[in-house]
Amino acid sequence: MNMFLETLIGGLLAGTMYSLVAIGFVLIYKASGVFNYAQGSMLLFAALTFVSLTDQGVPVLVALVITIVVLALMAVGIERLILRPLVNRGPMTLFMATLGLAYIVEGTAQGLMGSQVKALDLGIEDLPIFLGDIMISQFDLTAAAVALILVVALSLLFNKTRLGVALRGVADDTSAALSIGIDINRIWQIVWTIAGLVGLVAGLLWGARQGVQFSLSLVVLKALPVLIIGGFTSITGAIIGGLVVGAAESLGETYIGPFLGGGITPWFAYALALAFLFIRPAGLFGEQKIERV
Amino acid sequence: MTTPSPPALEVRNISLAFKGVKAISDLSFEVAPREICALIGPNGAGKSSLLNILNGVYVPNSGEIIFEGEHFHRMQPLEAARRGIGRGFQNNALFSGMSVADNVIAGLSRHARATLLEEALLLPRARAETRRFRERAHEVLGLFNLEHHAETIVATLPYGVQKKVELARAIVAAPRLLLLDEPLAGMNAAEKQEIADIIATLNRELKLTIVLIEHDIGIVLKLAHHVVVLDYGRKLADGAPDGIRDNPEVIAAYLGGDKVEIAA
Repeated sequence: MNMFLETLIGGLLAGTMYSLVAIGFVLIYKASGVFNYAQGSMLLFAALTFVSLTDQGVPVLVALVITIVVLALMAVGIERLILRPLVNRGPMTLFMATLGLAYIVEGTAQGLMGSQVKALDLGIEDLPIFLGDIMISQFDLTAAAVALILVVALSLLFNKTRLGVALRGVADDTSAALSIGIDINRIWQIVWTIAGLVGLVAGLLWGARQGVQFSLSLVVLKALPVLIIGGFTSITGAIIGGLVVGAAESLGETYIGPFLGGGITPWFAYALALAFLFIRPAGLFGEQKIERV
Repeated sequence: MTTPSPPALEVRNISLAFKGVKAISDLSFEVAPREICALIGPNGAGKSSLLNILNGVYVPNSGEIIFEGEHFHRMQPLEAARRGIGRGFQNNALFSGMSVADNVIAGLSRHARATLLEEALLLPRARAETRRFRERAHEVLGLFNLEHHAETIVATLPYGVQKKVELARAIVAAPRLLLLDEPLAGMNAAEKQEIADIIATLNRELKLTIVLIEHDIGIVLKLAHHVVVLDYGRKLADGAPDGIRDNPEVIAAYLGGDKVEIAA
């Protein structure tokens, strides 16, 4: 029983790391109706910017502020150069645009900051702690706490401020939002900035675990099953989806893996997502209609 | 209405085509300040397209719009909202996942002065503005007898109530011109009468200029001061309700050949 609990808790905590990545997708999907393939590159770019600055001896807080400013500028640039000219185009056009964007962002990052692996030390002890007999990774626990804080902050922003009212309005009905004087271009810039910030947090946590390097942009692939299971339009869904994927991977590896010769983690989440596509195509919390009209 | 004041809105020689199909041909008319102007005509006559041009969703192929003395070849939706052109949609375009109060508060967007950073950080000016907006929203909800629904999620309300919420959202920002696309559609007789009374009150008390599209000819002829009849994108008639009722062309094209009797 202890082993089961330990596996489950470890999986759930690891899952919050997936949730963090998935939330960035959900924000952008809700506000601008596009599956942002470049989310992984943005995450990498954000983490790389921060690490490059701190490597140069810039104090952490200053580096953080500069990174945030850079992300906001990037968001404004994306809105001006990609979203605005392509407004009212089909979802596929927008998706292809973000595909191109992904490589531009990655290439820019490489050109500016080099391609070697950068170590990132967030100062979190990675010693396990014990809860009774159950061993828990301190790093995972911290990551989960950060994810929780981020989600609370986002829900306050969305539910308690008028900015949040405008954001939800644009997500709900774009033409109605325009007709009452909500500046949707501005809203897009803000949402992409926030998605960049979420990417920064996710990038720093993932980077602290596996080094800040170009393969970091591949964590987006981990977010896909999370989004399919949780739904593309719900932050709650992204969290639950991440937890489901984390727990399933961890439990699957321990209890199913041995029968299949081990090493099922790389594909198990996708198999699970496939099963969800059959049963609940919109995900656990997604809206049934995916089409935006 | 023989006011000497310049029109609130003038549509001048507007034409609109979709891929070669003419939706509106060389249409011109004027809307006097503080009047209710009704656009009537069969489906496909170009009524909704015209409203979409007036608030900037469609770009006309030619012609111009003169709103409060300023000339526009096209409106931008945001520009229209900021100049005070409010809009109600044919199918409710409310933010259905949000509460009634939040919908109405969103309607005040054009009056927002606090910057978004102030908003995000909940700085004093943003908080004061939020409070002011909330009060104003509740005032307007009171006007529509909707206070008890303030915190209800819109999607859970009956259609007729949603329609009132949409009207509340459209007028909360004190528009200079209100465009309504079939505000009475999909309602029973009692609900229609209620909304029609509200529209008349808004027009009278708030001195709102209103352009509306409506199919219920009986209500239109009682409610409107001025009726413009469209057919296949052309203006068939333009005048006071009494003249429209007796216009043989209108009767032939729209009212189905027989003269309709409208109870006074």
